[in-house]
Amino acid sequence: LSSAEGGGATTEEAPVEDAVEVDETREGLVASMRSALGDAVVGTHVAPGRETWVRVGLSAWQEAGLVARDQLGCAFFDFLSAIDWLPSPFGRDMDSQEDLIVHGGPDRQADEMATGVAGGDARFQLLARVHNPAAGYGLVLKADLGDDLKADSWVPVYAGADWHEREAWEMFGITFVGHPHLRHLYLPGEFEGHPLRKDFPLLSRRVKPWPGIVDVEPMPGEEDEGTEGEDAEA
Amino acid sequence: MTVAERQQRAYVAAQAADARVNVELETGGMTLNLGPQHPATHGTLRIVVRLDGEQVVEAEPICGYMHRGYEKLCEVRTYPQVTTLINRIDWLGSFANEVPFILAAEQLMEVEAPPRAQWIRTVLFEMSRIANISLFLGDMGAQLGAITPVFFAFRDRERVLNLIESTTGGRFHPNYDRIGGLKDDLPAGWIEDAKGVMGRMRDFCDEMEDLLMGNEIFEARTRGIGVIPSDVALSYGLSGANLRASGVDWDLRRDQPVGLPYDQLDWKVWTHPDGDSFARFWVRLQEVREATRIVDQLLDGLPSGPIMAKVPRIIKVPAGEAYVETENPLGAMGYYVVSKGDLVPFRVKIRSASFNNISIVPWVMKGVYVPDVITILASLYFILGDIDR
Repeated sequence: LSSAEGGGATTEEAPVEDAVEVDETREGLVASMRSALGDAVVGTHVAPGRETWVRVGLSAWQEAGLVARDQLGCAFFDFLSAIDWLPSPFGRDMDSQEDLIVHGGPDRQADEMATGVAGGDARFQLLARVHNPAAGYGLVLKADLGDDLKADSWVPVYAGADWHEREAWEMFGITFVGHPHLRHLYLPGEFEGHPLRKDFPLLSRRVKPWPGIVDVEPMPGEEDEGTEGEDAEA
Repeated sequence: MTVAERQQRAYVAAQAADARVNVELETGGMTLNLGPQHPATHGTLRIVVRLDGEQVVEAEPICGYMHRGYEKLCEVRTYPQVTTLINRIDWLGSFANEVPFILAAEQLMEVEAPPRAQWIRTVLFEMSRIANISLFLGDMGAQLGAITPVFFAFRDRERVLNLIESTTGGRFHPNYDRIGGLKDDLPAGWIEDAKGVMGRMRDFCDEMEDLLMGNEIFEARTRGIGVIPSDVALSYGLSGANLRASGVDWDLRRDQPVGLPYDQLDWKVWTHPDGDSFARFWVRLQEVREATRIVDQLLDGLPSGPIMAKVPRIIKVPAGEAYVETENPLGAMGYYVVSKGDLVPFRVKIRSASFNNISIVPWVMKGVYVPDVITILASLYFILGDIDR
């Protein structure tokens, strides 16, 4: 498998210009992940010439990191974080004044929870990216978290995951099993709550709405052409 | 055996000899606190080091004194407003912070900036690099007790800042990049001024080289100190000059020129095999030189045309996810933008270079001497805003 991947790595120049429809390098990445992890790969997405997403089962999270590092040559650890897919329960309060004007006030229906690229079926999703510097491609890995918000630590795979997991732990409340010392990185030790969760209120916005409307400035070269119905397009 | 290797071995042998002495003298167990306010830590980074004699047993950086929660704040700002926030991440190279975010938003909107905007973007991107790293070159000297370089650096960085100010209106926070282009075109006469300043910055690099390289104290304090092998650097996610100083030939400008015209220019990526403090300084020095050449080429070939693509007045970004990473002054900086088709991003994950670059401190500080803590920190080169976000 690794030799086949080496062949794929040499075609690094190909994706950018020509292969708009099919990106062989990145499709090859997905295929390698599938053959290495089997059914643990639950969702994939390729943006040709840009990015590759692979969603794995939570139990295969650490394994996926090992495969990416050892078989796909993604030795460079980019980042590890999480996404909270819950639509903001504060609705309009969290929107800007511009948003209020465009949508016409409080009657906008509440969003359904929707997950993004490569799918998902849980509120919290792990998000990590690794990169192969020699071949010039990266790989975004995702995994749905269970209700207990526990995942295997990546510290044994990528040493740099240490601080990123500490950040995800305090910001989202995700426990990384096997992390040597999960403790606060940014927040003071007595801080309660997990600020990057969608149901954690941003107090300054609750108290006073953002006066964003004053920021709308005309685009350069737009003055003489008028708006030409661009607002409707927006 | 190269000079550097011989010096490294001599250093290791000296450390081993000292360690034996320390065992006899029972010198373990002192804890020293550096910071959060310390002249040698640009900003409020606190480092707690546990010492055995003069050697560091354990170093623990403590950050968060400047945490501003930009990832949360981005969720309540419209896309054009986000650039105001992210200007303040790496405050010495502010314009460079805007570029990857704007590129990510453009990618989601399927908008491409006109060629002239892309070229001017790249000019300012490289100028941020010059302004940022020239200060590093001076500061590195200051950390070693050489005062002159830092004055030279502040003097000459001012020329670059003046250029940035004269076109963007802001010395530190330009807020000049827009989805689909730029706020304004260059003012009249700017190109000639810029070329003059670029020549001056090349002279500045020569001055720095004269002042520091070959200086006995500088060499002794940086050669073989804080060696980071390439595999460790990669697994910690070190990027930029820190990674290239460990011999990894990887530069996003060359290898992933997303929306920036680096592939049309003639320039070189500098690497150094040693991975020590000296290598990190040397690579950055070459990078400033190279950046001035890039700017010269960009200014010579600046295409004419509009500076703004057609974008709606109120920007709504279609649902989707995009990650764009660029080679910023401090290293690879990227924004993972999740959009749900709203005026505001649903989630923005900011991947800042210094965060990863400093997370290696506990590893690299093991076993070094106390004065080297300062030089290694300086050579890793971080901006607090880039760690704490």
